[in-house]
Amino acid sequence: MELERTAVDIHQCEKTFLDGTKALQPTNLRIEPGEVVALLGPSGCGKTTLLRIIAGLEKSDGDGSVWFGSDNVTRLPVERRGIGMVFQHYALFPQMSVASNIGYGLKIRGASEQEIKRTVGELVDLVRLNGLEHRKPKELSGGQRQRVALARAIAVRPKVLLLDEPLTALDAKLKESLRDELADLLRRLNITAIHVTHDQHEAMSIADRLVVMLAGKVVQVGTAEDLYRSPKHPFVASFLGRINTLKVIRDSRGQTGVCIGGIWIPCFASVNKDSEVMLRPEDISLSVVDSLDSPTKIAHRVFLGDRVHLRVHTEDAGDLLVDAARDCPFQTGDSVKVHVAAEALMSFGDY
Amino acid sequence: MKSNIRQSPILLLLTILVSLFIICPALLSITSGLEENYSKGWKSGFTLRWLRDVWSNYGNTVTASIAIALCCVIGNVLLGVTGAYALARSKSKLSIWFEELLTLPVAVPGLATALALILAYGQVREFRQSFAFVLVGHMIFTLPFMVRTVAASFRRQELIALEEASATLGAGFIQRFFSILVPAALPAILSGSLMVFTLSIGEFNLTWMLHTPLTRTLPVGLADSYASMRIEIGSAYTMVFFIVVLPLLWLMQFVASLADKKYGT
Repeated sequence: MELERTAVDIHQCEKTFLDGTKALQPTNLRIEPGEVVALLGPSGCGKTTLLRIIAGLEKSDGDGSVWFGSDNVTRLPVERRGIGMVFQHYALFPQMSVASNIGYGLKIRGASEQEIKRTVGELVDLVRLNGLEHRKPKELSGGQRQRVALARAIAVRPKVLLLDEPLTALDAKLKESLRDELADLLRRLNITAIHVTHDQHEAMSIADRLVVMLAGKVVQVGTAEDLYRSPKHPFVASFLGRINTLKVIRDSRGQTGVCIGGIWIPCFASVNKDSEVMLRPEDISLSVVDSLDSPTKIAHRVFLGDRVHLRVHTEDAGDLLVDAARDCPFQTGDSVKVHVAAEALMSFGDY
Repeated sequence: MKSNIRQSPILLLLTILVSLFIICPALLSITSGLEENYSKGWKSGFTLRWLRDVWSNYGNTVTASIAIALCCVIGNVLLGVTGAYALARSKSKLSIWFEELLTLPVAVPGLATALALILAYGQVREFRQSFAFVLVGHMIFTLPFMVRTVAASFRRQELIALEEASATLGAGFIQRFFSILVPAALPAILSGSLMVFTLSIGEFNLTWMLHTPLTRTLPVGLADSYASMRIEIGSAYTMVFFIVVLPLLWLMQFVASLADKKYGT
């Protein structure tokens, strides 16, 4: 199925709800044609509001505008925007069969019986629902419902595909397999897609670019790797993966740095005393220490199969999260020595 | 519940006593309509004479009542369902106030509502003397039952999502309303219709004030027969009421449960 590729431009969109809550601060965002973008953030960060403004289900306050390619769609009602949307709980039409659900949009557009049948058949193949065409939504499993919702949304050949927490209603195991399937399908369709989620793994595995949001604001936009390796905001660092926060101190020569387990690590970037730097758990390595009375000890150990999560107690930097490889020999109570490369410290300056 | 009753003979006895207390008047009323002479009891012999009398004197009230109840259901579906949608989607505070106002005729005595109708429209002779006048009274009384039931259904998060889904797929308002919302709210619409039908068939308060000798309904005829005829005729009338209304109610309930199976979620 060949679909149109459209750029989406969001210009100064903002939303204040009737009860006075500011759901979305003035926001600008450009999504390239064929790009898959995830709006990522905790609940209440404004990601769903932004998605609904793009869909036309909410109106932006003030002069905010939404553009699909060179068309200003701000004033177009939702039914004329040419979008496809997958809802959180799928919102499949309960009285219709799988085939009627998928064909609904085409029927509304007045397509011929023949064309509807052909397109529905094509989509049933694409999302592997063969043999289930005549079932009712309530007779389907969660994963099957999700695929019907997806097929129904792309049946109308939308300019933009919008996905509102499409995997939230599924259990963990299914979520993981459908996540990869969805990522694969979106690449094959080559469609502009905007995907809302609060799950960073979901966002990282599906989207080309992540838009991290907090309290109605876009905090940072970038690829998963960019955001993980060089976050511009402590929230981005802590939201994408686990993190240690350390207090910056000044040594006798006036240099700034942090002290971990009695070892001085200088900060290269210009940071002030009393500000904080962050450190990923996998950037800390451990080695054996001879003296048994070393104050740096393993406080907690969780074996996760492929990795080991440790909590290391230090006297000067408090408890640190450490990510070690599967064969890590240290047990709870063992004394260890901590190693950190100075480049691994992430500092944020003024954000 | 079943096991509770089995375990406790006292509970069982209590249940039987309460049930008898409630059922006895109905049974007595029906049987006295079949007895030759009520004061002498069943020893006086049984007859169908009273039933025939009722049918010849009041037979037309049966058709009138059913026709009014059906018209009332149709009117409620047309006005109530659309009104319920408007109220359910309105963001204005006025809509809450309006919904309360709509419920007022249920709280205000029917006599008062009827009096107001007569004061306002009593001069329009053709209207006043037709069944339409009674129908209007029934509509005013039953509308809140339909509107509240259906509006509650339209307000469900699930139905809001269905409506939005249909909009994203390109459906305009009319298409959304008829292809998605009405089927999704059908169980509520049917249960509302059932309630409206039942209320209209048995409505006495308003109808007593609104009727003319030529526009009588079943309950009004019943009151008339109690007041002006032998007690046996009144009882036979009650029996007619049961015979007419019960099968209709069962039928409607059956249709409603069928629809619930098909459209329920």
